[in-house]
Amino acid sequence: MRILVIEDDLEAQRYLVNGLKEAGHVVDDAADGDTGLTLALSRPYDVAIVDRMLPKMDGLDVVAEMREHSNATPVLFLSALSEVDDRVKGLKAGGDDYLTKPYAFVELLARIDALMRRRSPSSVKTRLQVGDLELDLLTRAAKRSGTAIDLQPREFRLLEYLMRHAGQVVTRTMLLESVWEYHFDPQTNVIDVHISRLRAKIDKGFELPLLHTVRGAGYMIRAHA
Amino acid sequence: MRTLSVLRTQAFRIVFVYVAVFALSVSALLGFTYWNTERALDAQTDQIIDAEITGLSEQYQRLGLRGLAEVVMSRSAHGGPGLYLLLDRGRQPIAGNLDGIPQSTLHLGEQIEFDYERRVEGQLERRRARGRIFSLMGGFQLLVAQDVHERYLTEKLFSTTLPWTVALMLLLGLVGGGLMSRNMLRRLDQINRTAGEIFAGDLSRRVPVSRAHDEFDTLAESLNRMLDRIERLMKGVREVTDSVAHDLRTPLNRLRNRLEDTLRHLDTSGKEAGEIEAAMRETDQIIATFNALLLIAEADAGVTRGAMAPIDLVPVADDVAELYAPLAEEKGVTLDIKPAGATMIEGNRSLISQALANLIDNAIKYTPEGGHVSVWPAVTPVGVDLTVADTGPGIPEAERARVVERFVRLETSRNSPGTGLGLSLVAAVARLHGARLILDDNAPGLKAVIRFPRPSPVSRGAARR
Repeated sequence: MRILVIEDDLEAQRYLVNGLKEAGHVVDDAADGDTGLTLALSRPYDVAIVDRMLPKMDGLDVVAEMREHSNATPVLFLSALSEVDDRVKGLKAGGDDYLTKPYAFVELLARIDALMRRRSPSSVKTRLQVGDLELDLLTRAAKRSGTAIDLQPREFRLLEYLMRHAGQVVTRTMLLESVWEYHFDPQTNVIDVHISRLRAKIDKGFELPLLHTVRGAGYMIRAHA
Repeated sequence: MRTLSVLRTQAFRIVFVYVAVFALSVSALLGFTYWNTERALDAQTDQIIDAEITGLSEQYQRLGLRGLAEVVMSRSAHGGPGLYLLLDRGRQPIAGNLDGIPQSTLHLGEQIEFDYERRVEGQLERRRARGRIFSLMGGFQLLVAQDVHERYLTEKLFSTTLPWTVALMLLLGLVGGGLMSRNMLRRLDQINRTAGEIFAGDLSRRVPVSRAHDEFDTLAESLNRMLDRIERLMKGVREVTDSVAHDLRTPLNRLRNRLEDTLRHLDTSGKEAGEIEAAMRETDQIIATFNALLLIAEADAGVTRGAMAPIDLVPVADDVAELYAPLAEEKGVTLDIKPAGATMIEGNRSLISQALANLIDNAIKYTPEGGHVSVWPAVTPVGVDLTVADTGPGIPEAERARVVERFVRLETSRNSPGTGLGLSLVAAVARLHGARLILDDNAPGLKAVIRFPRPSPVSRGAARR
């Protein structure tokens, strides 16, 4: 995957670019808004990672300008600013996701994976399937190996999100943001408890577990072990 | 409603008290003057009567009954203010210009006042007189009196006019007070409205200044100067939080990146990897504390005002309680949310959810197995309450004020994880909403209440009554 990184903190940029390359991505980088915008408009990228505060041209302006030129590359904002209002501004300017510095690299990787996947038209599906687990988005029914699974509305949304991102790492923060729409860090890890309940409903009694814990990162649902 | 609010104003009260005191003083003053004048006039009348009595009793001694009767008759014919009546032993009139006065009023020796009838220009008129009766030798009695009808009329006029004067004075005072306080109220309303708008987040509002250059304008100008200063300070705080955030997060970000990078290139089972992981956890703890501190600073500075909207606390509480329900169940604590009708406030959903999450998290953390945690939003006469009550150990009354301060944790809880900023964050979020965090005894346990002000039905946040 081709990724554009626009970040003026050169040390942070170096770690970011190295990490992404190690994860198997092709990375271009720019250290200011102007250069970044030129790159973004001249070459196709799967994802752009844009720092919120950049010299020459602010990160918000870069993305606004990209959208002005009908460039739909998914954008992940990185920001060291205080967050509450800033997140809203970033998303309004045309950003697709927002991560506050300092971030965990696994969190960043999981998010750009999710952003790249979003481009494929899978979101219009009415049925999701992972192995023998099926989720009908219209009737809101879940089945595994033909046996109906009784899910609470929130459990359904949790499973839906995991299944839409099947094969991808989904972090606790991502779940909290998209399933509960909370942008804060609950002191206790409440998400783990929700996951273990969901796991009890979908994996208990089956030989092959589908919902996996990815150590130090989050969770993943996948059909193969 | 409008009239009632005028009556309740301080200006009106001041005017009313002033008018009442003024009316009382005037009545007292007039009353005293009247009483004093009347006394002087009476004394004068009594003097004349005494002089006449002395003269007439001399005539009687000198000329006898017949002489006295003649003198009385000649004086009576005069038509002046002097009134006379000579009575015989059987109290039958012998001479004089008075008749038809009730016998009962005639007491010997003392000053009396009585009504009599007199023909004035052919008309019979009832008039007032003041006089004295005295006994002559031989059982005769003589009444000598003066017509005091003029004085009597003045007195009557005075006593009927005085209450009306006072009433009129009160009425005029009230009307004047009403007008004055309405004027003052209008000016105060403007100040209140501006304050409300500023409180709702629009720091650029200023109190209107009229061209009158009166005390209100002076007040408005001082308030506006103060507001200019506050706006500058707030902008400064905003810039400081932003740059502090940026300047601290950038190196923290590099630190975390570096640790992660090192960890990726290490054998995950080695001792070094464990050390690096521990260092990363420490870093995350620093970041969490810093984020909480920053959020408290932002909330206190009112930086996060942008996202205020009318929200219903019931779904907010439902959602957060639902998030924590499995955690509570796992700990063997029942978490219930009491049903309530719509509970609207003006607020920021995200911040209130975070504050509530902190309270519920704490409650579950400190409640022993088998205990209860209850969450309920409710509209009360004093405001809109969002309550989280538990059956844990509670907080001793003396400590309650202290635990809201930053970094304060009770000795008994020092070992549990957390930044120690949970309750301070809740308190800061409450302050941002013009609400209060109240910690109370749940007997047993802790009852934490975020008490929001009732949203005003008229203008957003504006402090109108």
